Amino acid sequence: MATAYDIAMKEAEPEQEGRAPVVVVENLRKTFGIHNVLNGINLSVNRGETLAVLGRSGTGKSVLLRLIIGLETPDSGSIRIHGQNIAGLALDRMGEIRKKMGFLFQHAALYDSLTVAENVAFPLVHHRKDMSGSERGERVKQLLAEVGMEGSLAKMPSDISGGMQKRVGLARALALEPEILLLDEPTAGLDPISSGEIDDLILKLQLERQMASIVVTHDLHSARTIANSLALLDQGNVVIEGTFEDLQESGIEFVKEFLKQS
Amino acid sequence: MSDRGVIAVEGFNPPIPKRRSEPAPSVIESVPNPINGFFEWFGSFGIFSWQVFKAAVTPPYEWRELIRQLDEVGSKSFPLVALAGAAIGVIISLEARYSLTRFGAKSMFPSTLVYSVIQVMGPIITGLIVCGRVGAGIGAELASMKVSEQIDAIEASAINPYRLLAATRILACILMLPLLTLAADASGLLTGWFAQSLVEPLSFHQFIASGFKGATFNAFLPQTFKTAVYGLIIGLIACFQGMRTRGGAEGVGRAATNSVVLGSLFLILADVVLVKFILVVFP
Repeated sequence: MATAYDIAMKEAEPEQEGRAPVVVVENLRKTFGIHNVLNGINLSVNRGETLAVLGRSGTGKSVLLRLIIGLETPDSGSIRIHGQNIAGLALDRMGEIRKKMGFLFQHAALYDSLTVAENVAFPLVHHRKDMSGSERGERVKQLLAEVGMEGSLAKMPSDISGGMQKRVGLARALALEPEILLLDEPTAGLDPISSGEIDDLILKLQLERQMASIVVTHDLHSARTIANSLALLDQGNVVIEGTFEDLQESGIEFVKEFLKQS
Repeated sequence: MSDRGVIAVEGFNPPIPKRRSEPAPSVIESVPNPINGFFEWFGSFGIFSWQVFKAAVTPPYEWRELIRQLDEVGSKSFPLVALAGAAIGVIISLEARYSLTRFGAKSMFPSTLVYSVIQVMGPIITGLIVCGRVGAGIGAELASMKVSEQIDAIEASAINPYRLLAATRILACILMLPLLTLAADASGLLTGWFAQSLVEPLSFHQFIASGFKGATFNAFLPQTFKTAVYGLIIGLIACFQGMRTRGGAEGVGRAATNSVVLGSLFLILADVVLVKFILVVFP
């Protein structure tokens, strides 16, 4: 039976032609103290595609996202965003690249002294000086409506649930209309219904905006729903990269065990 | 990834190589080394200060946040600083009158009070009070933002956190400390005169005229404006401690404590240097 995702992808099929990699990670290595977290990872994501990065806890999935957005510096290897290697870029130059990227943190990381609306407006206030206050207000309402949070404009982050915080975090990540979306455990800690809602929301946004997305998750069901392809990490290496069917057909013992336990 | 096939990944097929065998940490590496920690702290502090300086002098400037911080550091510290200044004025008044009377120099009381408050006690008391209130506040606030990834979120939003969070707070401390010192001085002189006039009536005009007799700007301005350096120390240390925090609630508490302890310590050490410097440059 065709899933909603399969139907949506078929409809979007003609747009996939001629896509170039937006994010290219080559031989990426990262060590913390004596711990090798990433041991030479190679990945790439094209425009309009979603890559889900799976793996056990502590295998460097979140570190990979933090490296891609420049919150960590790699020991070696390269991360190319639209062809430009970002490794070692100065903070302000990195800022220009980050404007094209949206990041949803695992715990949403909303600014706790600002309201929901102010959180979403935050990137706009700093980067869209051309916008008037009323235009910004409208944009914030529109973004919050997209994630189903239009009724919580004046609430503080502490007054809303974890799932709602993730929605607001997602709206904030989308504020500058990014070309690349990085999602760190978007459904972690949520009940199955909230997880499903977040998955649907990501899928909808993905289809509408055609961003290149990387989703780090433990949730195989969620990964299968929202991603075009999956990469399974273990001990800092990509064990396998392909579609869900490729993972199912794999003879690699670790992949079989991972799928069995998930 | 675009070909959607299974990619034979180097290092797995053939099987994943075992992690590079790490040599066991030596005894020297495994024991926390306070000397390394000391140099590591100063090295990190130097890099942090350079990052903040670069961010502060290059646009875009965060005027709105600076004004918010001026209010936070200045207006909200004013009552506490004025109260501390008032207490100092009364204490010096009581102590000085007793000592001066013993040595038959009662007529020196106004100038003793003026010089004691403005040159010595006002600046240092203001510095320590602001270090306690503002230093702890900045340290705890930034540490809390750090452990909840809010600072990372700012950076991920393409905003320089050194510019938005650190430079604005440090600049607010630099600008507000001299003004708060003036407030503490004024408050101390007022209460010092009041305490004296309860015992021995003396008009405020007479008190001021006698206290400032023969005084030059050099006697007071450097002492007041040296507190801008206190502001730099308080702001830099609190921001540094806050933005390098690790761990949860314990880390936040530690950052707040260290901001106050180190800030006070460096402030007093700086005062030693500044007093000597002022004596040499403004004799």
